[in-house]
Amino acid sequence: MADVPLTPRAYLQAQSRWTPVEIAFWLATLLPFWLLPDYLSLASQVAITALFALSLDILLGYAGVVSLGHAAFFGIGAYTAGLFSKFVWGAPLPGLLVAAIVSAASGFVVSLIVARFRHFTLIMLTLGIGLLMQEIANRAHWLTGGSDGLQGISINKVLGAFNFDLYGYTAYGYSLAVLFILFLCARRIVHSPFGLALRGIRENWTRMPAIGAPSRAHVRMAFTIAAAMAGIAGALLTQTTQSAALESISFGRSADVLVMLVLGGAGRLYGGLIGAAIFMVARDQFSGIAPQYWYFWIGLLLIGVVMFLPNGILGGLSALAARWRKS
Amino acid sequence: MLPPIFGVLFDGIAYGMLLFVLSVGLSVTLGLMNFVNLAHCAFAMVGGYVTVTLVNTYNWPFIATLPVAFIVTALISVVFERVFYRRLYRASDLDQVLLTIGLAFVSVAVAAYFFGTLQQPIPTPAFLRGSQQVLGLGLGNYRIFLIVTALIVTVLVVAGLEYTRFGAMVRAAVDNQRMASGLGINVDATFAITFAIGSGLAGLGGALAIEIVGLDPSFSFTYLVYVLIVVAVGGLGSIAGSFIAAMLIGISDIAGKYYFPELGAFLIYLVMIAVLLWKPSGLFGKR
Amino acid sequence: MRKSLLLAGAVALAAVYATAASAADPIKIGVIAAYSGQFADTAAQIDNGIKLYMKQHGDTVAGRKIEIIRKDTGGPNPDAAKRLAQELVVRDKVDILAGFTLTPEALGAAGVATEAKKFMVDMNAATSIVTEKSPYIVRVSLTLPQVSSTIGHWAATKGGAKKAYTMVSDYGPGLDGEKWFQKAFKDAGGEIVGSVRMPVANADFSAFVQRAKDLNPEAIFVFVPGGAQPAALGKAFAERGMDAKKIKIFSTGEAVDEAALKAMGDIALGRLSGWHYDYTLKSKTNDAFVKAFNAMFKRNPDFFAVGGYDGMHVIYEALKKTKGKTDGDALVNVAKGMKWESPRGPIMIDPATRDIVQNIYMRKVEKVDGHLVNVVIDTVKDVKDPTHK
Repeated sequence: MADVPLTPRAYLQAQSRWTPVEIAFWLATLLPFWLLPDYLSLASQVAITALFALSLDILLGYAGVVSLGHAAFFGIGAYTAGLFSKFVWGAPLPGLLVAAIVSAASGFVVSLIVARFRHFTLIMLTLGIGLLMQEIANRAHWLTGGSDGLQGISINKVLGAFNFDLYGYTAYGYSLAVLFILFLCARRIVHSPFGLALRGIRENWTRMPAIGAPSRAHVRMAFTIAAAMAGIAGALLTQTTQSAALESISFGRSADVLVMLVLGGAGRLYGGLIGAAIFMVARDQFSGIAPQYWYFWIGLLLIGVVMFLPNGILGGLSALAARWRKS
Repeated sequence: MLPPIFGVLFDGIAYGMLLFVLSVGLSVTLGLMNFVNLAHCAFAMVGGYVTVTLVNTYNWPFIATLPVAFIVTALISVVFERVFYRRLYRASDLDQVLLTIGLAFVSVAVAAYFFGTLQQPIPTPAFLRGSQQVLGLGLGNYRIFLIVTALIVTVLVVAGLEYTRFGAMVRAAVDNQRMASGLGINVDATFAITFAIGSGLAGLGGALAIEIVGLDPSFSFTYLVYVLIVVAVGGLGSIAGSFIAAMLIGISDIAGKYYFPELGAFLIYLVMIAVLLWKPSGLFGKR
Repeated sequence: MRKSLLLAGAVALAAVYATAASAADPIKIGVIAAYSGQFADTAAQIDNGIKLYMKQHGDTVAGRKIEIIRKDTGGPNPDAAKRLAQELVVRDKVDILAGFTLTPEALGAAGVATEAKKFMVDMNAATSIVTEKSPYIVRVSLTLPQVSSTIGHWAATKGGAKKAYTMVSDYGPGLDGEKWFQKAFKDAGGEIVGSVRMPVANADFSAFVQRAKDLNPEAIFVFVPGGAQPAALGKAFAERGMDAKKIKIFSTGEAVDEAALKAMGDIALGRLSGWHYDYTLKSKTNDAFVKAFNAMFKRNPDFFAVGGYDGMHVIYEALKKTKGKTDGDALVNVAKGMKWESPRGPIMIDPATRDIVQNIYMRKVEKVDGHLVNVVIDTVKDVKDPTHK
């Protein structure tokens, strides 16, 4: 092990160095193209959900803000991308950008309210706002298509060259590329002084302002970034499936993504990715066996992870690895 | 003769009473043990299925099944408390969320496996059907029964907490756990019993709810949001808070729908957000 | 006699095809439905309909074995439905898509059916636009405008109501019901005195019922999703003193289905409804269907089950006509105009719209042998979806 770095800059650099495991992980994400070409549409939705979980990780894992209404921003992104393609332009990348801007703006507005609160109050406020958003989307039938879902979405080829095919080659390639780019951004953010300040806020909300880091302003910033990323994830889902529905904005989706992140291990960037992959693949496999009872097996999986790997799969594994290294 | 709105308000109170019985247990668990128990409504569902089974298969009278629903749910919950919950009292909130969501998932599948996915109808006894004319208002018999039952439960719970030795131990443990155990209170056992009573009340609520909102395997999740809202508005760990909050939610829901039907679905969320902005720890919350 | 001749003929034909295509692979049908979650019972009943049909008619058609692959969407998720349809097509190599508990699922999968040229059978989703979304879709369930406009017309004419109030759940199907009931009611000379839209997940209806009562209409039309709400609404009517025997309360079939009637008890007496199927319908085909269904699943069939059952009928018959060929164009072409005697009565796939044409039964809740049932008081024959006329 290297010595403890002395300067803050050196500490941050050491933290953000790429490890062989990380590189192997990203190389492995390319394997489905060759090994599992029949599973690419699932893989693309795993990548999208992973991005959604990653956005929540910035909020929850780093700033310590638990949100039960994060799907609100996912849904705003999804509907924005859908409406943009319907009324303005079907090109995917501009659609992503517009979705990011709209959801970031809504995230900022919501953060003005919620950043003043902590703990249970904050959870319930995000839950309430999420439920309000869902009901608004239902009631704005003329705009969103209500419970039937948004009709008339048409998405052009990606970069004018890649059509969204039945196998999902384009969908996966596109989602994975966006996930990777945003992961790089997220990695940069959490290893910056701002990211360190967020961790400080997570550990002690009241002491951070005393050392010159304004907690509320930082939480607002984190909330906005997380909302933008969630919005991009929602837009990706709309574009790859050419559909947007109320389910994308629902409490169920907020709860699922929280479960996935905690399952993988919060505060580690990779936790959301691993959690999303394990949850969705397990669900797909279990529901293939018994479509009515997959809840049972997923439930057992969650209970098992809590009992044997506290702090999520990555947290548990790293604890085990540390113990093994010691002995 | 009273104008019809009073009849509507009466219905709102009855609905609030139901929410109170369903949620008071969660408020206590969250306030006392700081445990985020998202499987609370799964315990309520257990109570519901106990009643349905006894009424439909063993032809028990509905009223007689209610105490059984309470006891069976309390016993089952205490098993879970000993096996799972206890190990996570000191774990992070997030692990608690994961465990209890997992339990709720399992409960949905188990209920679907044993009872099927259909709505469970129960024939309530004749004297609970129909309505009474009071000052020109039609008051549903079942709602009167619901209000009376919930009031009895409230009185028992409050009296139990305020005037018994066990209640004093619970209050001591809520206020300061370490000090309480220093004084020789068995905090561990106090927790277990409180948990069992709270879950038992949820089971009773589940049984009472069948007539009003029905019962199917998705019950574990359908009412979770409402229960959480009541707990948040009332304040963690406060029984009086839960009571007032349940009334507030019940009445504002019904009155809102009567006067502003366009706002129907928004209203309880708006009420919750407004209360939390005004009092972040809920109406009667300490923290 | 004719039936048995037909059957013999079919067996003989099947034997001929069997020799022709005996080495062929099984025909795979991908069933996409919300097997888990809030709508699990709907999916379960559709599935029961499918199972019963396959038990009665064997699992071989035109010499090829039929294989069902079930996929769960968990609810109204178009994205999940689309992904599952893609996977069924590319991974499982299915020949036919079927199921669809809810409209968003059908809309999500429609694009895949078009792109992969797969025959797609909508066994439940009831929004009118579904069949427009792909030329390969046929629907065997119902559309809400079909039912609610029939009720609206009947209420204003034979029902004798001139002033009506509507109460619907505030989401797609409810808004469809509201729109088409009101239109038909007004076209037939009635007047709408008021309306209210209720939250989709609503537990307590007393406020809405009181609003309706304040206006003192002659008739009320209600639409709420099946499940716990119908009974809650019925009880609210009774508690607010709105006796279904005095004021005409109309609804679609969900609001007075078997579970709702059981939960409501005698307060449901006199409730009026229009619907395309009920397990108590009197016909030989239905008697046999209900009996077989009960023997297999220990419960009564409902309109979801009959949707699954008739959906399998379309698939089997179409496959017989194409001699086991599973080409989407061929299957949809032979399905157009197909007519048969379903447990719900004579039905047809409209050759122009690929939508269902069926009788709508106007019923009244009465007590027969101590049980509450929907007794048919009038039959409106061969109703088409009014949006596609």
